[in-house]
Amino acid sequence: MKAGYDERRAADYMNSQLVDGRVNLELVDDDGMVLNLGPQHPATHGTLRIVVKLDGERVVWAEPVCGYMHRGYEKLAEVRTYPQVNTLLNRIDWLGSFCNEVPFIQAVEQLLEVEAPERAQWIRTVLFELGRIANLMVFLGDMGMQLGAITPPFLAFRDREHVLDLIESATGGRFHPYYNRVGGIKEDLPKGWIADVLATMPRVRRFCDEMEEMLANNEIFRSRTRGVGVIRKDLALSYGMSGANARASGIDWDLRRDTPSPMAWKHAKFNVAVSADADSFARYWVRLVEVRESTSIIEQLLTNLPAGPIQAKVRKIIKVPPGATYVETENPLGQMGYYVVSNDGLSPYRVKIRTPSFNNISVLPAVLPGENVSDLITIISSLYFILGDVDK
Amino acid sequence: MTQWLETSLGLIVLAVVVPTLAAVFAYAFLFKAMAHMQQRLGPMEAGPHGSLQLVAEAIKWVQKEDLFPRRADRLVFGLAPIVAIVTAFSMCALIPVSNAVVGAAPSMGLFLFAALSGVSSLAIVMAGWGSNSKFSVLGGLRAAAQLLAYEIPLVLALLGVVVLAGSANLVSIVGAQSSSLWFVFPQIVGFTIFMIAAQAELTQAPFDVPVAESELVAGYMTEYSGFRFLMFFIAELATAAALSGLAVTCFLGGWNIPFVELTGTLGAVVGPLVFFVKLMIVGFLIFWIRFSFPRVREDQLHKLAWKVLVPLGLANVAITACLKVWM
Amino acid sequence: MSFIKSAAKSLAGMKVTLRNMTRRSETVQYPHEKSEKANRARGVIALEQANCTVCMLCVRECPVWCIFIEGYKDQGPPRRPGGKPRLAQKLDRFDIDYSLCMYCGICVEVCPFDALFWSAEHEYSEPHIASLLHDKDQLQHWMTTIKPKVELEDGAEVKTRKPAREG
Repeated sequence: MKAGYDERRAADYMNSQLVDGRVNLELVDDDGMVLNLGPQHPATHGTLRIVVKLDGERVVWAEPVCGYMHRGYEKLAEVRTYPQVNTLLNRIDWLGSFCNEVPFIQAVEQLLEVEAPERAQWIRTVLFELGRIANLMVFLGDMGMQLGAITPPFLAFRDREHVLDLIESATGGRFHPYYNRVGGIKEDLPKGWIADVLATMPRVRRFCDEMEEMLANNEIFRSRTRGVGVIRKDLALSYGMSGANARASGIDWDLRRDTPSPMAWKHAKFNVAVSADADSFARYWVRLVEVRESTSIIEQLLTNLPAGPIQAKVRKIIKVPPGATYVETENPLGQMGYYVVSNDGLSPYRVKIRTPSFNNISVLPAVLPGENVSDLITIISSLYFILGDVDK
Repeated sequence: MTQWLETSLGLIVLAVVVPTLAAVFAYAFLFKAMAHMQQRLGPMEAGPHGSLQLVAEAIKWVQKEDLFPRRADRLVFGLAPIVAIVTAFSMCALIPVSNAVVGAAPSMGLFLFAALSGVSSLAIVMAGWGSNSKFSVLGGLRAAAQLLAYEIPLVLALLGVVVLAGSANLVSIVGAQSSSLWFVFPQIVGFTIFMIAAQAELTQAPFDVPVAESELVAGYMTEYSGFRFLMFFIAELATAAALSGLAVTCFLGGWNIPFVELTGTLGAVVGPLVFFVKLMIVGFLIFWIRFSFPRVREDQLHKLAWKVLVPLGLANVAITACLKVWM
Repeated sequence: MSFIKSAAKSLAGMKVTLRNMTRRSETVQYPHEKSEKANRARGVIALEQANCTVCMLCVRECPVWCIFIEGYKDQGPPRRPGGKPRLAQKLDRFDIDYSLCMYCGICVEVCPFDALFWSAEHEYSEPHIASLLHDKDQLQHWMTTIKPKVELEDGAEVKTRKPAREG
C-alpha cells in the first residue's frame, strides 16, 4: 500500500469506472455520488474524463483522467529523422499548430549551432502570433458556448477562417503549417501577404470588441465567472501552471518578454495582461487582451520586416552532434518546451515534450472541491486545455 | 348537433393552424434568424431557402424507432408529451386573433391561460420521472422548480393588465386597449416582467438550465426520441407562440392598429394579419434574447425570480390598482 | 445606478447579434459555390513521370512510408549521339497511399529531380479506402491541376535554380 492510500477514495474511483454516468448511479456510503464526466462530453475540449464525487450539488473530490488521446509522440520521435519529427509536432496543439514546431526547431538549431537569418526569425514570430490568435479566438468563442451563449463560437470561427486563410497562403496548410525548417523557414512569403495580414488584423480586433460586448461586459457572464474557480498564486506556481492561467493568478511571467530568444519579440512593444483576481473571468479577460496585443505585435513586425535570406546554410541530411538542450516558448496554451537529447544520429535519442495543458489540468483536484456542479463547467472551460496537448 | 360540429371544426382548425404556426416560428426564428445572427445561412437545401426543412425533420423524427427505456413507467412516459401538446394547443386556442376569430373566450380567459401554463410544467415532471433515469429526474425537478418560480411573476404582470382593463376576458382586454393607450405604455414594468418570465417559462436562454446545463444531454428530454420528441418540440414552439400571442393581446393591443377602427368583415380579415405581424415581432424578441446571452446559473435564476421579479410584480399591481382608483 | 449601467452594457450583446443579422453571411454554399484555394495550398501530390529517376529518396524520407515505388532498369538513349546506350531506371509503379499521407510535403522537397509537385486539388474523397491509393497515372493526372509558383513578397531573397536534367 502506498503511503496515504485512501481506500474509500479508491473504492469510489473503481465504482466510477464501472458505472456508466448516464444511468444508474450508485450511492457510495453517505458521502455522495460519484459522477463520471466521461470522455465523451460536450464540456471538455476533447476526450478528457473527470471523475467527481458530489455531495448534493457540491463537489467533494475530483480527478481528471487523461490518456484517451495518447499517441506516443515522444516514442515516435525516437524513430523519425529530425525533419520527420517536425511534421508530427504540428499535431500536438492543433489549434495554434505553428507554435508547436518552433521550440523544437530552435532546440535542434542550438545543438547544431546554427542560427536562422533575421528575416526568418521575424517571419517565424509573425506566424507564431498568428497561431496564437487562431488558438485564442476559439477559446473566446468557446467559453461563451460552455456558459450557454450560442452565438460567440460561430463568430469566432467566422473570423478565424480569415486567419487560417492567411496561414494557408503562406505555408500551404491551414491547420498543420509545417513551415519551419532547421535553419530557417521553408519558403518566403507570397506577394501581397503582408497587406492581407494588415487588413485582417482590424477584423480580429473587431471580433475582440464583439466578444467584449457580448461576454466580458455581460452581467450574466460576469456573475457566473467572477469569483469562481479562484486559483491562488502559490497554488498555481506549485502545479506549474503557465501562460494565461498563471498570469490571471497574478504571476507576472511571459517568456516572450522575460527570457532572451532569437525570435523577434524584442523588436515589438507589447503589453502583457496580468490579473490579481485569479478567477475564471480573469482568465477570460487576460486572453482577450492577449489577442489584441498579438495583433499589435504582428502589425509592428510586418511593417518593419527586414529583407534577406530565409534559410541558413545547413546540410541536407540533418545529423545532430551529441548533446542535449531544452527550449521553451510562450505558446498560446502556456509554456511549451522540448528537451532534445541527441546521440549523433539522424533521429533524436529522446525528445521530452513539456506541454502546458498537462500542468493546467492537474490543478483540478485542488480547485474543484467545494464548487457547484454548475461552476465545474465554468472552471474547466476557463482553464482552456486541448487534449492533444495534454496527452501528446 | 351544431355544437358538436362547431367544436370538431374548431379542433381541426386548431390542429392545423397551431402546428403550422409553430413551424413558422421554428423556421423563421430557430433556423433563419439564429443562423443570420451567427453570420451563417441556416438550412438552404430542402426547398427554396430551406423552407421545407421542417417537413424533412418531421418525417425524420416520425420514422424513428419508438423507444421506451427499460423499466420506464409506460403510462407516465407516454402521457407526458401528450399533456405538453394538449396544454400548448389549449393555450393557443384561448388567444383572440381578431374580433370575430377566437377559439374560446371564457370570462376568465387570462387565468385559464396561466393555469394551463402551470399544467404544462407537469408534463416536464412527468417526462423526467417517467424516464427512469436519475439524470432525467434531476433535470425534470430543476425544470419544475424553475417553472414554478417564474409562474408567479408571470401572473403578477398579467394582474396589472387585468386591473387596467377591468376584466380577465381576453377579448375585453383587447377592446379596452382600442379606446386608450396600448397597455405596454402604462404597464412597461409589467411588460418587462412578463417577457422575462415568459423566457423562463419556455426554458430558453438565458434561463435554459433544465435543457442545456448538464450532467449530460437534455435533462428531462434525454430519453425521448422520434415521434415523442417531435411532440415535445411542437409543444415548446406552440407555447412560445401562445406566450407571444398573450403578450400581444395583453400589452400590444391585439389585432388593433392605432387610430383605425377595425370592425365587421374588415376586422375579420385585417385583424389576423395585424396580429400575426405583432406576434412575429414579439417572437423575434424572445428568440433574439435567446441567442444573445449566456446561461444564468440555477441559484441566480431563483434569486432573480423570488427576490426581484415577485416584489416588483407585487409593487406593480399595487401601484396600478391605486392609480386606477384615484384616476 | 450601477445596476442600470450594467444592465445597459449587458444589452449591448443584443446589439451585436442584431448587427450580425443585418450583415451578409460569409458562408460559401459548397458544393454549389466553391472558394478559391491559395496557390500553395497542400491538397494532393502530383507526379511528373518523365522526371522521376526512381532514386527512392521520397520513399525513404516519408514519415509514414506511404509511397510505394517499383522500377526496372532499361536501356536509355545515349548522352551524346553516336555513344553507347546508357542504363536508366524506369518507373514501373509509383503509388501514394492518401489514407496514410500526412500532407507534410517532405517528398516534394527532397526530390532532386522536380518530379513531385503540390496541387491544391482537395475533392478526391472516395467511398472505399482502397481507392485512396493513387497509382502513377492518377498522380500524373493531378499534374493538370497544379498552380504556378507565386511571386514572392518584397525583401525576399531571389534564388535561381538550375533546371532539372531531362531523361
